[in-house]
Amino acid sequence: MDISWDLLVNAIVAGLLLGAFYAAVTAGVSISFGMLDIVNIAHPAFVILGSYIAYFVNINLGIDPVVVSIAMLPVFYLLGTAVYQVYYLSFEKRGQESLRGLAFFFGLLFVTEVSLILVFGVDYRYVEAAYIGPSINIGLIEMPWRMVVPCLVALALYGALELFVTRTFIGRAIKAVSQDQLALQLMASDPIRIKRIAFGVSIATASVAGALLIIIQPVEPSVGRDYIGRIFAICVLGGLGSIPGALIAAMLLGVVESLTSTFYGPSWAPAVSFGFLLLTLAFRPAGLLGR
Amino acid sequence: MNALKFSLISIGIGLLVLAFAHWLGLDYFYFAGYTILQFIVLATAWNILGGYCGYVNFGTAAFFALGAYSSVFMYKFYPLPIPVLILISAVVSGIVGFGMGYLTLRLRGSFFAIATLAMAVVLQTLVINWDYVGGSRGAYILRPEKMEIAGLTINYIEYLFVLMLILAVVALATARTIERSQLGFGFATIRDDEMAAEACGVPTLRLKLIATTLSGAFMGMAGAPFPYYIGYIQPQSAFGLEYAVNSIAMPMIGGTTSWIGPLVGSILLGSAQQYATVTISSAVNLLIVGLMLVAFVIIAPNGLIGLVQKRLRRGPP
Repeated sequence: MDISWDLLVNAIVAGLLLGAFYAAVTAGVSISFGMLDIVNIAHPAFVILGSYIAYFVNINLGIDPVVVSIAMLPVFYLLGTAVYQVYYLSFEKRGQESLRGLAFFFGLLFVTEVSLILVFGVDYRYVEAAYIGPSINIGLIEMPWRMVVPCLVALALYGALELFVTRTFIGRAIKAVSQDQLALQLMASDPIRIKRIAFGVSIATASVAGALLIIIQPVEPSVGRDYIGRIFAICVLGGLGSIPGALIAAMLLGVVESLTSTFYGPSWAPAVSFGFLLLTLAFRPAGLLGR
Repeated sequence: MNALKFSLISIGIGLLVLAFAHWLGLDYFYFAGYTILQFIVLATAWNILGGYCGYVNFGTAAFFALGAYSSVFMYKFYPLPIPVLILISAVVSGIVGFGMGYLTLRLRGSFFAIATLAMAVVLQTLVINWDYVGGSRGAYILRPEKMEIAGLTINYIEYLFVLMLILAVVALATARTIERSQLGFGFATIRDDEMAAEACGVPTLRLKLIATTLSGAFMGMAGAPFPYYIGYIQPQSAFGLEYAVNSIAMPMIGGTTSWIGPLVGSILLGSAQQYATVTISSAVNLLIVGLMLVAFVIIAPNGLIGLVQKRLRRGPP
């Protein structure tokens, strides 16, 4: 096959940029599913909610979507703690998280999606900002700002999360609760409180991810479903609970997807993540950086 | 009540429903009834794995569409009568169910759920890219107006209705038989404590694979006549999320531990949806299903059956 080099290089760069964005979408699940063992399949719905809030404020007040999403962090955090409280009282406490807890999140995903459809309709929505449109050229490589900005924000988000988990007291407690909940209780620390905080943080990242999503592509309420497979594939591939692992896995998935859509056509891209997921589960269930 | 008696009684009830429908002579009744029966099959199939073993399958739409697209493929390749198509779909979906189970069920419980969720997206991608079965444009299935069986000429929709009625009876009888057999007790041990079951020598992986295969096969069977029912099939409708939601919501609302739960749930929710779709709108009716699912799993974990049992145990006030 005759591969043109600049096409290949461009596809790889585009894949890395896309991968960083995938990492932002995955960040929350890598905390909730990876560390807390809560299979939050409703995460994409919260991401889409973030997109719509960014869209709504952007259209009406003209504020930059990223700024909106950062301002919305506390709201999403509170939403997350509330969801965890319901989840804990109804399922985790009664030991029913595997069947009913999953059904609960599935219902939540569905209710959010349908509510957004009822409020905003099924039209594609998009935001306006100075960096949507122009691109930078370095030699052969062309990088649209529309992808560069989300990539930078995503990397900043990961840096902040990694610092939070490794350096702060609460962050270390979250890591501890993922390893041994009983031990934390013996240290006179309330594991439920730590888990509530962690889940709040995980939902808060959805606000940022949502803003990035609507910068990259126009959004309609059911777009979130396309990300469920990707998110969990990245989480599993990276190794559950590993934040750097998730970033690496996301970049890898981004590059492979970008190569697939460049050389085989974009309609095949969604299948890549599933292949990743199945291969990982079959050959290395612990993931790349898993323990 | 043994299995034979149960089958006879359910066939009797089925015939009554049919006689009523025939007497009513309304085509709409057949259309609506077909959808409800289809949900009975889907909910019962979901419950074999979800309710009995405790493993959540989010890929009902995928298995359903697998059955539907097997029919479309055969329609283009070599048209066969629908009962044969149902068997083919059962085999295809059963094999896919087995494969999915084999890859994911040896690991942590939630991996299976996630994999089924992702599978729906991937199968949809495959179908969209497969021009032979219509791709993203969809495919038309031409069906005859009338159908002749044993000298009787009946409307085609009535024929489809009868087929689905038979499928529903078979699915319910299978679920009920499983529930009272050694297999069912094995499933229940997995649901209650898989670790302990494994330690006692229950072959958990084999049982789980039996459940995924059976459950997948029934979902495929429910999908097989769908292209003939709807006349025009496209990936968006065959892979609709409403199948996944409904097949989870119906057993959850009815009660997951016995075969009656999915039956009650699908009749109630199915008829309510038929009513709401006609009178309000289909988006609102899906919202109601979602809200009811969330409400039931929080407030009534054992569904309506659980509520009734609790009432009976307590005795009259």
